[in-house]
Amino acid sequence: MSEHSTYTPKNGLSKWLDERLPIIRFTTEHIMDYPTPKNLNYWWTFGGILAVMLVIQIVTGVVLAMHYTPQIGLAFDSVEHIKRDVDGGRVIQAVHAVGASMFFFAVYIHIFRGLFYGSYKAPREILWMLGVLIFVLMMATAFMGYVLPWGQMSFWAATVITNIFSAIPLIGTPLLELLRGGFAVDNPTLNRFFSLHYLLPFIIAAVVALHIWALHIPGNNNPIGVDVKSSRDTVKFHPYYTMKDLFWIIVFFIPFAWFVFFAPDILGHPDNYIMANPLVTPEHIVPEWYFLPFYTMLRAIDFNVLFIDSKLGGVAAFGGSILILFFLPWLDRSPVRSGTFRPLFRWFYWLFVINFVGLMYLGAQDPQVTVFNILGKICTAYYFIYFLIILPILSFIEVPKPLPASISESVLGKAHA
Amino acid sequence: MRDEKAQSMIKKSIFAAALMFGFCLAVPAMAQGTPAERPTAPVVKQSWTFGGIFGTYDERQLQRGFQVFREICSGCHAARLLAFRNLAEEGGPHFTAGQVKELAAQYDIVDSTAVGGTRKAVPADHWPQQLSDADAISNFGLVPPDMSVLAKARAAKPAFPDWIFNYFTAYQEAGPDYIHALLLGYAETPPDGVTLPDGKFYNEVFPVPGHSIGMPPPLADGTVSYTGEDGKPVPATLDQAARDVSAFLMWVADPHMAARKETGFKVILFLFLFAGLMWFVKQRLWKGIEH
Repeated sequence: MSEHSTYTPKNGLSKWLDERLPIIRFTTEHIMDYPTPKNLNYWWTFGGILAVMLVIQIVTGVVLAMHYTPQIGLAFDSVEHIKRDVDGGRVIQAVHAVGASMFFFAVYIHIFRGLFYGSYKAPREILWMLGVLIFVLMMATAFMGYVLPWGQMSFWAATVITNIFSAIPLIGTPLLELLRGGFAVDNPTLNRFFSLHYLLPFIIAAVVALHIWALHIPGNNNPIGVDVKSSRDTVKFHPYYTMKDLFWIIVFFIPFAWFVFFAPDILGHPDNYIMANPLVTPEHIVPEWYFLPFYTMLRAIDFNVLFIDSKLGGVAAFGGSILILFFLPWLDRSPVRSGTFRPLFRWFYWLFVINFVGLMYLGAQDPQVTVFNILGKICTAYYFIYFLIILPILSFIEVPKPLPASISESVLGKAHA
Repeated sequence: MRDEKAQSMIKKSIFAAALMFGFCLAVPAMAQGTPAERPTAPVVKQSWTFGGIFGTYDERQLQRGFQVFREICSGCHAARLLAFRNLAEEGGPHFTAGQVKELAAQYDIVDSTAVGGTRKAVPADHWPQQLSDADAISNFGLVPPDMSVLAKARAAKPAFPDWIFNYFTAYQEAGPDYIHALLLGYAETPPDGVTLPDGKFYNEVFPVPGHSIGMPPPLADGTVSYTGEDGKPVPATLDQAARDVSAFLMWVADPHMAARKETGFKVILFLFLFAGLMWFVKQRLWKGIEH
């Protein structure tokens, strides 16, 4: 809300600076005084948590890169060297590895919060799409980071995932060879993945800046989804939300620390403690937990559809499951944002959440088992039906509950109830 | 009215779908196991001194485990990440610096800069491989796995709902559980109807195919003889030796576990206090603001 300029330079120096580089004005408007709806609940703190996680990943990652060797004969041992012999290395490495999981945990909550409260709806379409772009970049970064320790799962994940691209008609094979730097996953693959794994987080940071910019134009959505009507509906970002976010960030650090110090390996796969061996395929190639829902959708299409073979079909389902998110603002036409006031939407939404957890569970199961195979197809189908059929239809048939006139009215009503 | 009716019908069908989904999740538990293959024996969780968030290694046990490793395992298995100096570290076997120096001097290190190409090992050296890859392949047909992080690279897949609880108990002992079970899992003669390839052994814990393992049974009752220097002799049964070497291998894979957990307690205690204070800050700040 750039029109809310509350800053007036107080002395000569700050006036001089304000006319040249208005950095104090900028921070005052966007970090200190930024008007934020006063009814945000704890689900809204995950944006701040994500920003902190990005910084943690970059800082620990930069230190790890000082000690890591991107060479297939040395990579595995260099990670162990970090854990065994580098001062503080075992904590930094564990924070980075567990941090990836915590980052995804937080981003899933952030995304599902947006899905429930309709944060993707006008005028926040660009904000939402930038968020989806960040999610895609995060997936690419995490995948390439997972390859770096050069364990068995690293190697085979790299093989399976790069192989996805070969399904694309015409450009598939050249693209595959470009990604791998050869015909198979090998030293050139490791080198380029290391380089890109270092690069992408900074691109993420840049898109995050755009994401926050796009947030600050319309301002935050809020749990009732009603626009801010007056300054009575808002509080200043600092100290109200900086302190509330900080409280929740510290709480979030507790399970984070639990994993880092007491169970740093529990979120990974034991096979990744075996050095990569192109001649031995692991019994089950399983990605990290945060990729499992999409892995299920990739594997669910094991049949040919007309001229589309099962491989391309799987890749289309996998890519489509993410691409569809970009179109969400135009698929859900309901004028009501918050799920709280949408009696039908809520049921389908929670079923979608359960379905997503189901997809995650199924990603770790053997699709050769008939039950898992069929369930995988059902869950994949519901994922797409939710976006392509249910949301558009609900937009027309649903009768929403009456909305509060304003945020102030809503919170006062709550206080008197 | 029509809308209400439609809504209740939709609610009912969603409820039914959710029920079916739950049922389908439960079914595979009943339908697993292929009849042609003998099932892999379950790995039973053992009680370890280093288990759980309060666990630390038992120095004596690691010393005994090291003896097993040195006398038996290291004949064939390498442990390239283990340095002699590690054996003197606190939280590990904690031998004296003198003992480690003496131990290292008993081993030769290939060093092209030394006269004659080899020299005596010093504590900074890593554990030298005893059996060359070429010899291993001619004897066993494969190179025995390096033992540096073996205890983290092995685990039996935990059954539902065990794996959920594992996150809350910080269960990190799947590796030693597995190694212990494997060492006890040999059968002298394979069960009826099972034929083993030449030079393979039957081990019911070793996964498919066929539970045939290349490693001959390395331990039996009395394979090692422990010296009870602390006055309390430890019987060198198969179970005891397997337990000790599993513990030792866990230490080799995770040598700084005790220090890490200790830091963890400080960090989490700090976070709880900090979170508590932040909660009061937040409450006080928001007092009087309807939200």
